[in-house]
Amino acid sequence: MLILTRKSQQSIQIGDDIELKVLEISGDQVKLGIHAPKNIEIHRKEIHMAIQEENSKAAGASAELLEKFNRQMRRTSDS
Amino acid sequence: MKINTKYQGSIEIADSEIIRFEYGLPGFSDEKRFVISPFAEGTPFFILQSVDSPSLAFVAADPFLFYKDYDFTLADSAAEQLEIESGEEAAVYAVLTLKDPFEQTTANLQAPIIINHRKQKGKQLVLDDSPYGTSHLLIIQPSQLEREG
Repeated sequence: MLILTRKSQQSIQIGDDIELKVLEISGDQVKLGIHAPKNIEIHRKEIHMAIQEENSKAAGASAELLEKFNRQMRRTSDS
Repeated sequence: MKINTKYQGSIEIADSEIIRFEYGLPGFSDEKRFVISPFAEGTPFFILQSVDSPSLAFVAADPFLFYKDYDFTLADSAAEQLEIESGEEAAVYAVLTLKDPFEQTTANLQAPIIINHRKQKGKQLVLDDSPYGTSHLLIIQPSQLEREG
């Protein structure tokens, strides 16, 4: 991992298009500003990870389970 | 073309049915082509099936069926990417994580799938500042579902 030390209001430039700026430092919190092209997805890491994880879980559902739930639903709508 | 699917056997799809997910989905960034269709008549399940990976499919549902007040803002950048000009063009699906019994099944409301069917472009949004999480129990009236067995 590349490690750079920056002060408030200083930036780092990633490639031609992405600027990451330290806007404010207060205690153990850092406020960052990011300039990036619109097609670059920027999210808090823990949220991105949680969604990756949930997607993997969701993709694990078996065909048998779906069939079973589908039968339950259908029976209910028939009644 | 004919594709093999996880839940629906081998199906015939037209090129025009393929929805492009330009950047894939979180965790599945290489998966860029999907088709979506109801799993069966009379059920709320939709299947989002990868065109290129037969074993990859997601079960999804209309989130408003379970959460009437579900609400989020589609960021301009996402609307632009999907070429959505008005809200009506955006079809919204929630990915379900099926669990047995069905009452434990959850919906991911923090990452809805948005599809512009007119342009056949799709995306899974990631809502950073959202009151919703990735696993909400479905809110179902007891009369809507009978336990099997």
